[in-house]
Amino acid sequence: MFDLSLSKEQKMVKDSFSKLVKDLVADNAHDMDEAGEIPVSAVQKAWELGCSVSGVPEEYGGYGMEDSPILSSLVLEELAYGDMAYAVAVTAPSLFIVPVNDMGTDAQKKSLLPNACTDDYNVFTMAMCEPHFGFDPVSLKTTAAKKNGSYVLNGAKCFVPCASRSEKMLVAANLDGENNLFVVEKGAAGLSVGEKEKNLGLYSLETNTVTLENCTVPAEARIGGDKGVDYDRVLARARIAMASMAAGMCRCSLDIVKQYALDREQFGEPIAYRQSIAFMIAEMAYETDAIRLLAWQAASRLEAGKSAKREAYLAKLYAGEMAMKICDYGVQILGGHGYIREMNVERLYRNARSISCLEALSMV
Amino acid sequence: MINLELPDYLDNLKTQMKGFAEGLLRPISRKYDEAEHVYPVELDVLRGMKVMGRPKKKEGEEKPKKDVERKNGANLSQAVTVEAICWGDVGLMLSIPGAGLGNAAIAAVATDEQMERFGDKWAAMAITEPASGSDAGSIQTTAVLDGDEWVLNGEKIFVTCADRCDAVVVWANVDPTAGKAGIKSFIVEKGTPGFTLEKLEHKLGIRASDTGTFVLKDCRIPKENILGSAEVKKSTEGFKGVMKTFDNTRPMVAAMSNGVASAALEFLKDKVEAQDIKLDYHENTNNVSATQKEYYLMEANLEAMKLLTYKASWMADEKIFNNVEASMSKAKAGKAGTLITQKVCELLGPMGFSREHLAEKWMRDSKILDIFEGTGQIQHLIVARNILKLSRNQLK
Repeated sequence: MFDLSLSKEQKMVKDSFSKLVKDLVADNAHDMDEAGEIPVSAVQKAWELGCSVSGVPEEYGGYGMEDSPILSSLVLEELAYGDMAYAVAVTAPSLFIVPVNDMGTDAQKKSLLPNACTDDYNVFTMAMCEPHFGFDPVSLKTTAAKKNGSYVLNGAKCFVPCASRSEKMLVAANLDGENNLFVVEKGAAGLSVGEKEKNLGLYSLETNTVTLENCTVPAEARIGGDKGVDYDRVLARARIAMASMAAGMCRCSLDIVKQYALDREQFGEPIAYRQSIAFMIAEMAYETDAIRLLAWQAASRLEAGKSAKREAYLAKLYAGEMAMKICDYGVQILGGHGYIREMNVERLYRNARSISCLEALSMV
Repeated sequence: MINLELPDYLDNLKTQMKGFAEGLLRPISRKYDEAEHVYPVELDVLRGMKVMGRPKKKEGEEKPKKDVERKNGANLSQAVTVEAICWGDVGLMLSIPGAGLGNAAIAAVATDEQMERFGDKWAAMAITEPASGSDAGSIQTTAVLDGDEWVLNGEKIFVTCADRCDAVVVWANVDPTAGKAGIKSFIVEKGTPGFTLEKLEHKLGIRASDTGTFVLKDCRIPKENILGSAEVKKSTEGFKGVMKTFDNTRPMVAAMSNGVASAALEFLKDKVEAQDIKLDYHENTNNVSATQKEYYLMEANLEAMKLLTYKASWMADEKIFNNVEASMSKAKAGKAGTLITQKVCELLGPMGFSREHLAEKWMRDSKILDIFEGTGQIQHLIVARNILKLSRNQLK
């Protein structure tokens, strides 16, 4: 049946991430952003709650729970409620683990997952975005060519989360007109990882450019073997993650604004008493709900084993538009104060733009 | 457990209702838009269809046990049904015999005895007055108990199905000194002396639906025709009670908007695809034509409208207080539905301005859905007051 209530397990997981964010992130998000880094301990604590490995079978180091896009969506919303950079840093390994676990061959699962699903957080990631105008994840310029039983990768990538510290990454590349994912190991010949990128937002998240120059990987590096991956599904899982994080950011902006509008007095009464402010807050509330529901709808399709191409595409599109609008309202309602970096709405405003600009920062 | 997939039986219901709308409503859609105020006789076959009602209690029927396989409830089915029928024609849906908003009010609060008397009647709803629109608490119509009868006096405007209905649920104040707390609703049957239909309005859209003005002059109705308790409480609890009807009807108006918007979008999609332009959710929206991008944005909005509507309906079914969510669904669907139908006409160019096609009609029809059952502004006010926990004196 159509159901919006959380199961016991969903509620438990959501609550534990919510508590973690409250304890470790909420009050530190601004400082992390200014410092440009996230304390390793904060990442490790989230990792220990199993956000990237719970859906991996026990034999490969996971918790052996069901691979659940809805559960991951709940987790990402909570993490991004604290800080989106934190959400991406914590779940970057999902970009590697989820596709391998979901679409890898048995041999690939066996050889790749145990290294990624360890007790300590280790960085694994995926390189999808490309630094050119008109970037579209379905028309990749990075190419893979078959040569002597190996694959030769060429191309430029950007916005690869945590690439400099990543032990292995999946590289999205076009092989004879089909989009595929290839495992590239740290230090591989022809692979170069750039300095930390300077971005509009997500200051505390390290993202890097990645260049592949005749980078040769063995045949086994192609996820899914000869039949490759269901790339639409890869994109859907990444897009639902984006929409889920957007819901978290918008909820955060909304909560700040609600409190502020009740506390801030002008003309002798709280500004929340004015319809011009109150109506904006009402809109922020239902649009945040809408973003979450669109993410859940797409995740529900995946959970039922159906294609979520359409639903995930629309969810990310909507989330990109609306997160920007909502976080804009967030700054606007705080007025001059909203423009000051110490007020968290400022960070949310910058970070919100990433939802429509970028792809594949996390996976559900 | 979270699952936003509609169950198969609701999917089937949707398909079935859409088929019905396509076969019965679409062919006469233009006809009754042009022939304003003429009763669509084709709808006679639908008399008694429970779009807004609730089934009468059957003898010996027990409440379904919980824990057995849980199914979605009546409100969600209704949201799906209303959406599909309004994909056909919203003006005609409002004209389905027995599917009045008064029926929804009766279904929500009627006693079994009242259900027996009025359950089969086509009931309109009369709240608005010349001087009371959004401020429903300020209505001037009065009801005075005289022996075994209520005596009603006042004027009611914008009553949907005014001409065709069998009875009208009339809001009136039993104690004007008590203010809003004195407002109660009464069932007034057609033909009651002192109850006169004065005129029918000429409207922008939903022209198939007859909207009229009633005058109540010393109109006497039986004492038992009051819906809910006659007691005037000191607090405004009673008024809040009557307003609660809206928690069920607002998501239905949102569903109407979803239906009209989906009709417009589907029409646009057909025309776009006929030009061999793909709408396959594939390319980056920045790399496609403006028409394609606008289409995708509208479809995403339609999904948002639908999901907010389903949420509010699901909550009603689960007996979760849904006052905020009901208003959220209507605020979003009313506004976005209006914008979608406007944009579809824009993108259609000359085809969007021509009465040869239904797009222009949908643009006119959808506008009412951001107005009746509480304007978009009222919905925002309700949402804001609730989430900011402000009283009506604080946030006016």
